[in-house]
Amino acid sequence: MIPANFNYHKASSVSEAIALSQELGEEAKYMSGGHSLLPMMKLRFATPEHIIDISKIDGLSYIKEEGDMLKIGALTTQTEMEHNALLKEKYPILGDAIWLTADPSVRNVGTIGGNIAHGDAANDQPALMLAMRATVVAEGADGTKSIPIDDFFHGFYMTALEPSDVLVEIQIPKAKKGSGGAYHKVERKVGDYATAGVAVYVELDVDGVCQEIGIGLTNVSAVPMRLERGEALLRGQKITDELISEVGQVASEDCEPESDLRGSEAYKRSIVNTITKRMLNKALERARQ
Amino acid sequence: MAKHTITMTINGESVSAEVDSRLLLVHFIRENLDLTGTHIGCDTSNCGACTILLDGKSIKSCTYLAVRADGAAITTIEGLAAEGTNHPLQQAFHDQHGLHCGFCTPGMILRSVDLLKNNPNPTEEEIRWGISGNLCRCTGYNNIVKSVQQAAKEMQNQSESV
Amino acid sequence: MFKCKTSAEVGGMGHSVKRKEDARFLHGKGNYVDDVKLPGQLTMVMVRSPYAYAKIKSINKEKALAIPGVLAVITGEDLAQYNLHWMPTLLSDTQMVLPTDTVMHQSQEVCAVIATDRYIAVDGAEAVEVDYEPMQAIVDPFKALDSDAPLLRPDKEGQEDNQIYHWERGDRAKTDEVIANADVVVKERIYLPRIHVASIETCGCVASYDKDTQKLLVYLTTQAPHAIRTVVALVAGHVGLSEEKIRIISPDIGGGFGGKVPVYPAYVVAIAATFLIGKPVKWIEDRSENLVNGFARDYHMDCELAATKEGKIQAFKVSTLADHGYTDSSANPSKYPTGMFSICTGSYDYEHAFAELDAVYTNKAPGGVAYRCSFRVTEAVHAIERMVDKLAAKIEKDPALLRLENFIKKEQFPYDSPLGWSYDSGDYEATLKKAMDMIGYDNYKQEQAEKRAQGKLMGIGICTFTEVVGAGPSKDFDILGIAMFDSAEIRVHPTGKALARFGTKSQGQGHETTYAQILAEELGIPYTDIEIDEGDTDTAPYGLGTYASRSTPTAGAAAAIAARKLKDKGKKIAAYLLEVSEEDIEWEVGKYFVKGAPEKSKTIQDVAFAAYTNIPPGMEPGFEATHYYDPPNLTFPNGAYICVVEVEQETGAIDVKRFVAIDDCGNIINPMIVEGQVHGGLTQGIAPAMYEGIEYDDEGNVLNGTLMDYLVPTAVESPHWETGHTITPSPHHPLGAKGVAESPTVGAPPAIANAIIDALAPLGIKHLDIPITPAKVWEAIQAHK
Repeated sequence: MIPANFNYHKASSVSEAIALSQELGEEAKYMSGGHSLLPMMKLRFATPEHIIDISKIDGLSYIKEEGDMLKIGALTTQTEMEHNALLKEKYPILGDAIWLTADPSVRNVGTIGGNIAHGDAANDQPALMLAMRATVVAEGADGTKSIPIDDFFHGFYMTALEPSDVLVEIQIPKAKKGSGGAYHKVERKVGDYATAGVAVYVELDVDGVCQEIGIGLTNVSAVPMRLERGEALLRGQKITDELISEVGQVASEDCEPESDLRGSEAYKRSIVNTITKRMLNKALERARQ
Repeated sequence: MAKHTITMTINGESVSAEVDSRLLLVHFIRENLDLTGTHIGCDTSNCGACTILLDGKSIKSCTYLAVRADGAAITTIEGLAAEGTNHPLQQAFHDQHGLHCGFCTPGMILRSVDLLKNNPNPTEEEIRWGISGNLCRCTGYNNIVKSVQQAAKEMQNQSESV
Repeated sequence: MFKCKTSAEVGGMGHSVKRKEDARFLHGKGNYVDDVKLPGQLTMVMVRSPYAYAKIKSINKEKALAIPGVLAVITGEDLAQYNLHWMPTLLSDTQMVLPTDTVMHQSQEVCAVIATDRYIAVDGAEAVEVDYEPMQAIVDPFKALDSDAPLLRPDKEGQEDNQIYHWERGDRAKTDEVIANADVVVKERIYLPRIHVASIETCGCVASYDKDTQKLLVYLTTQAPHAIRTVVALVAGHVGLSEEKIRIISPDIGGGFGGKVPVYPAYVVAIAATFLIGKPVKWIEDRSENLVNGFARDYHMDCELAATKEGKIQAFKVSTLADHGYTDSSANPSKYPTGMFSICTGSYDYEHAFAELDAVYTNKAPGGVAYRCSFRVTEAVHAIERMVDKLAAKIEKDPALLRLENFIKKEQFPYDSPLGWSYDSGDYEATLKKAMDMIGYDNYKQEQAEKRAQGKLMGIGICTFTEVVGAGPSKDFDILGIAMFDSAEIRVHPTGKALARFGTKSQGQGHETTYAQILAEELGIPYTDIEIDEGDTDTAPYGLGTYASRSTPTAGAAAAIAARKLKDKGKKIAAYLLEVSEEDIEWEVGKYFVKGAPEKSKTIQDVAFAAYTNIPPGMEPGFEATHYYDPPNLTFPNGAYICVVEVEQETGAIDVKRFVAIDDCGNIINPMIVEGQVHGGLTQGIAPAMYEGIEYDDEGNVLNGTLMDYLVPTAVESPHWETGHTITPSPHHPLGAKGVAESPTVGAPPAIANAIIDALAPLGIKHLDIPITPAKVWEAIQAHK
């Protein structure tokens, strides 16, 4: 399998990337890690005329806490995140997901920005970002914009990014005392896209009351999906086993899976129910530590 | 279509070439440089037969444009150890019967180099997850795991004795 | 146990010597077909059908030919001019090389684009415009025999429906009678789905025709180079490709498993292309082409097993529908269209059995080739081993005990099976008991009882299989008429070092080591002093190749006997050198000595030197021998596998906790290599048991034609295998060996299936077809709520 012909352009800076994109027009595509885009090009499902390589742009690979945000540069690879001490200590949910994403060689190249910007509900990071209420920072022709994650995913492979926008940073509210998150997906074998996945992020107050809750679902809807009804049930409540069961049930009802090679719709709904409960418990356990 | 002049270090030697935008790194390595130890097994970055080290990290060269490797340092299986010698992983795969047909072996070994760099003393489970992007159809993996374990021990001994 | 006769330095049988072939693979110096680069070489890419069944209205080459670097587009019409558009399959059917009017399955080759490089060839293939008229495909084999089903092969004279053949063996009436009168009968329809070997190296070739010498050289991913040479001569002899002008080289092969036995259409097109263009033409299959254009299994088996209420097995009957796709390209011996399926009576002693099979055409890829299995043994073993477990469940008897009570006993060998095989040897009871001891069977039974009391799902699965390998005796076994012997040719050089050549071809099995060990065992020449060469039809002796676990039973035996011929000649030379009569010479490994005077001796190396320098008067010089071995019988490796699983009721997730495999493959040449083969076969056993299956939609489209969706197990899915062996030598094989590499692929799936189904038994689940995925388990659990 060989991609169709295209012209490669390397951008050394975000502004150069944006200028290139504007100059080359709609037939230009950004490439970061390339592990989503290039396979599609090899299968000739995608035939862009121009590829703008943004992976060599300096200064977009970092993980830091600043103010009340955790900031991750868009070009940070999944491997860099996997081995990062700060994330290991305070944001284990990210490690949960990365461990289950593709395989180590792909993670050496695949970036957090690419995983989100691809706009694919089968990718793992969108559910986490929904759960953690991330903000996507992008630079475009008209300057920098911050897009709340709830406004980011528009449709199948479609996002709020304009064609020339470069996703530069992910911002996640800093982990507070009493917060915890967890992610798991059921996969047919290691490295597979999710049959179904659930990300949970919870914040408890000193009395164990749920102050904030985020639940994101992977690959059970056309667009990465937040479980709003489930979150509403938990917010402001002391989370009991009964509530957890109820939220699992709600998750299975509200998700929108389709039957395919990974299993029937009913099976996927059931899996969503189970993982939602398990991840709620795991997130609570971490929050209470 | 645009041609690009790229320069990179392959197995310690500097190489320059003019390539098409769409040339895949694996084809550049195999066909332009005649380093045929890097194999192609699936085209979809599932099997890992094309694994090489790019700036020390294992990557799947079937899903990487040659032009993007401009300025990089690449190690293929041919350059892992000096002519006539074995890297501890090569020796271990031989000792533990970690290969049958040999087709996945270069990728499996290069992936294991990266694995041991990040985790010098992995458990069996960590090894199995660590090589999960490299398929082997012959060995059933038991002896590959043992090979990586032997090499880990040997490399730790070497680093301690330095 | 086997006791080594040679020192570790000599490295004869029983020594786990390290492999001689490893170095080149470890250093990236293997020479696989895609590594071959001939001067002026062109690349070929196939245009393939998007439809499962369609008329081809037109093929427009123009846009493709307009691309700089595209040199030719070859269609079926082009080949028809040379009568090369059809070819025979290995089983007396016919297959299109390229179609002239109709495509019969999705991804069938439609035409070939030849270009100066791979990238341009792919562009060319994209640019070829084919106008199709799609037709309603037959996907379900059960519908293929409906009276209103369209006739898929009107090209075949006398073909009136979609049945390819009916086959049967055994006594139908008597078997039916015993079943009708039995205390207990268990029945099940068991499906073994289409799967693909998916060797990590796909198929390919580099064909090069020299117009001056009229020689055709083909580097080819083939497990059977000699047979392929003959096939090419038969297919293309009429255009001038005569067998002595054809040289097939099978270079290093990146896994075969049966997928590299057939002649794929693109091989023939590449040969035609080089013949027409006069430049070397390379074709390398991509992964999707590989996965979608061949298969193994696809048997729907209706099984009935009858027994007394105490559990004495009395009769087995199996009626099978086999989906062969649009042509029967099975690589089976010609008298065995269903391969060795009649081994389906298993490891048990009973009198009555009947097996029948109807093979049908559908709009799917042809195949019926192997998946690391000797000619349909996997299907047969799965059928009997599932049914024995069903019987155990029905009469509530421990499945291990049921097996022990029904086994053919050690003293009954050679044992004539109800469907006509003569099992050579075995000690089934000892093998199963060893497996039970190793895994701690009784403890697991107790643990299972406790877990069941807590509502947890835990299962223990057993498979005690008998394989039949090593085809085969020439009176019964041939491929396209060529007897299934195999060969060895040994040349011992004056310095006592040797070169040996074989008609087989290793694809990772380690022949360069194990054949050298056989010769070391026989001649006492260190294995390191013996070079092994295979795969080049210009140099190697004729043989049928490596598949169906036949290399050790046939070529391995040929090596031993050729060596014995040399040893006999050596004895005469030694007698001459030691100035005694031949009767006074005795042999111990590597050395001839005078009876009663062991200090008077000549080494095999001394004798080899004399064979070239100091030849006894009247003796033919040289120290070489060749043997073509025609086995008197097949060999019957066997084993006992036990698997322990836990199943999570809520999700259907399956956790394989333990898997113990005890194999009896007779005498062992290299224990390290045998163990490695068993490991690999076990992973190729868990693969179809839990992960792999080619899925079609109603239009005949393959739904999982990449390794993203065709789920080859990784190191994580593959359990930590535990292995061991018993040794019951084959009485008729010169080394007492049997062959091993397919046993685990045959034995593992029923052990795993039996374990999972045992785990689910408390819920009332009695059978599941493989692959048994968590999704399938979950659905079954819902259905039994």
